[in-house]
Amino acid sequence: MNIHEYQAKEVLKSYGVAIQEGIVADTPEAALEAAKKLNAETGTSWYVIKAQIHAGGRGKGKIQSTGSNGVVLARGLDEVMEKAKNILGGTLVTHQTGPEGKKVNKILIAQDVYYPGASEPKEYYLSILLDRAKGCNVIMASTEGGMDIEEVAENHPEKIIKEWIDPKVGLQGFQARKLAFKLGLEGTAFKGMVKFITSLYEAYIATDSSQFEINPVLKTSDDKILAVDAKVNLDDNALFKHKHLAILRDFEEEDPLEVEADKYGLNYVKLDGNVGCMVNGAGLAMATMDMIKLSGGEPANFLDVGGGANATTVEAGFRIILQDPNVKAILINVFGGIVRCDRIANGVVEAYKTIGDIKVPIIVRLQGTNAEEGAKIIDESGLKVSSAITLKEAAEKVKAAILVPSEK
Amino acid sequence: MSVLVNKNSKVIVQGFTGSEGSFHAQQMIEYGTNVVGGVTPGKGGSTHLEKPVFNSVEEAVQKTGADTSIIFVPPAFAADAIMEAADAGIKVVIAITEGIPVADMMKAKPYIKERGTILIGPNCPGVITPGEAKVGIMPGFVFKPGRIGIVSKSGTLTYEAADQVTKAGLGISTAIGIGGDPIIGTSTKEAVEMLMNDPETDAIVMIGEIGGNYEAEAAIWVRENGNRKPVVGFIAGKTAPAGRRMGHAGAIIGGADDTADAKIRILKANGILVAESPAEIGSVMAKAMGIEA
Repeated sequence: MNIHEYQAKEVLKSYGVAIQEGIVADTPEAALEAAKKLNAETGTSWYVIKAQIHAGGRGKGKIQSTGSNGVVLARGLDEVMEKAKNILGGTLVTHQTGPEGKKVNKILIAQDVYYPGASEPKEYYLSILLDRAKGCNVIMASTEGGMDIEEVAENHPEKIIKEWIDPKVGLQGFQARKLAFKLGLEGTAFKGMVKFITSLYEAYIATDSSQFEINPVLKTSDDKILAVDAKVNLDDNALFKHKHLAILRDFEEEDPLEVEADKYGLNYVKLDGNVGCMVNGAGLAMATMDMIKLSGGEPANFLDVGGGANATTVEAGFRIILQDPNVKAILINVFGGIVRCDRIANGVVEAYKTIGDIKVPIIVRLQGTNAEEGAKIIDESGLKVSSAITLKEAAEKVKAAILVPSEK
Repeated sequence: MSVLVNKNSKVIVQGFTGSEGSFHAQQMIEYGTNVVGGVTPGKGGSTHLEKPVFNSVEEAVQKTGADTSIIFVPPAFAADAIMEAADAGIKVVIAITEGIPVADMMKAKPYIKERGTILIGPNCPGVITPGEAKVGIMPGFVFKPGRIGIVSKSGTLTYEAADQVTKAGLGISTAIGIGGDPIIGTSTKEAVEMLMNDPETDAIVMIGEIGGNYEAEAAIWVRENGNRKPVVGFIAGKTAPAGRRMGHAGAIIGGADDTADAKIRILKANGILVAESPAEIGSVMAKAMGIEA
């Protein structure tokens, strides 16, 4: 589960990680109040206004209606409201949001931490994630802060430093020191970085996170180390342990159809294609999407109805897929094991009748337990539903359904 | 011979009296698997499905000589159940449970390795040696006895492959569902290695998906060991978008190396026979075995 930057920073701060201070706001007036409060608390007189959406590239991204960037600097209290207005309520398009962008409902008013001083401010990169091959966590650090880390990995792999953490003993002091030394730090900044990494790892473990990305980590001109941005991704499977984190979920950031599917225990991911699909099992669902593509279509979604597929889940699946106007055909692909195909077939017929007017052709491929009986139920239903037993047959029927829609 | 489980396996069910555990234990018994009992802490001394219930795995091992365990314990307690089985000396632990926190598995995996226990899963359909033992949740009738081994991250896709292989006139030696989580006990390579060394397996179907590097690692191992048996590969998720989780907790594209296309390239470069469509797994295998499908 992803959370917003302002939430991530609050979580990190509660574990002693130094952060760029800020206050979240949802109106220009609240933004001004936040700025005044920040001024009183931190002495900052410049303010960074940051759009809060679940996507990166906000600084370079643009608000469609106003042309404002997603992250802007207000050089004084008098600029705060105007600049906040240009972001709030707008749609922010970044290289990660896709062309449709994301609506900005909240902004973070943050202190300016790039103030001049004894030394130059410098940005670093830090992340913690699971190394699947090694089965343990890895801390990655780089002197190339503020940059896209994939690019750094591609062009300058030598500039990425890694430290693997033994799950038995956790992060050791020498490892944090090694990272800080390799980043070229010394004196106060070195000590600050060691403390930063140590508390960051503590927060990662305590929250059961699956990824932290702090980009940039800033060394200020007076040698403080703090998080200027924070991306926190929590392990969905561990949320039951952390009720206070589970409530940070922002449904507005998710596709409404995905939220609805979730209520029925369906695993749905919306895609851009023209053939909807409903499948039991995640691997078979992905394979079915691939087969749709091989048949000349494009998958409109991923939808795993899980092991306990029945009439209710099939109907919910239908309704969700049919809400997508791009869908020109639907392929239901169920390999009946414990789930019997005749039951699924009855579920499909029932759901079809309940929903009523379904305009797109439906192909039901049933294989496994009672497959023949299932196909018979579909064929004898009198509905605009065709059956298939083998995957090959199903693929051919999908091809026919999308190639000659005029004949339908 | 086969691998991991056979007619001599003495199986206990952890989470025996729960609804999932009961249902699938019953199915396994009907299949002919030698289920010798189950474990549900607090219900020791009772009888369930005409088999004894024990309070701990240790006790179950002492009283029944069990060497294999299948786990249906809920996610919050599943890592604990895995470690308990290893501590009690169980040789093969098969964890069906989906949704175990990653941090729990990170501790459980090295724990069982140190004790020499093999873990299959979690988040897997289990292991079946057709005609001998089913230690899992798969529909047994789909798997006909034969000499083709299957290794797969996915449940229903495994059934699909087994069905196609069977309909092509071949059969299954052992099918191993390794699971779809980011941390699993047995990797694709380790499972392929078991089947490669099994005298009763002539060829292998290897089914993977986006995310991680297990399929690439297995393909490289197959080539380095001389491509001793034909391996047919299928990778699901060519059409999956980057950065989105596709059902399985581990099915997420994290970079350029774990896309389906990248994996397929590596498979081909290492002599794996790749089925481009999931509908062709059976026919590609039939061709490799010299049967015209």
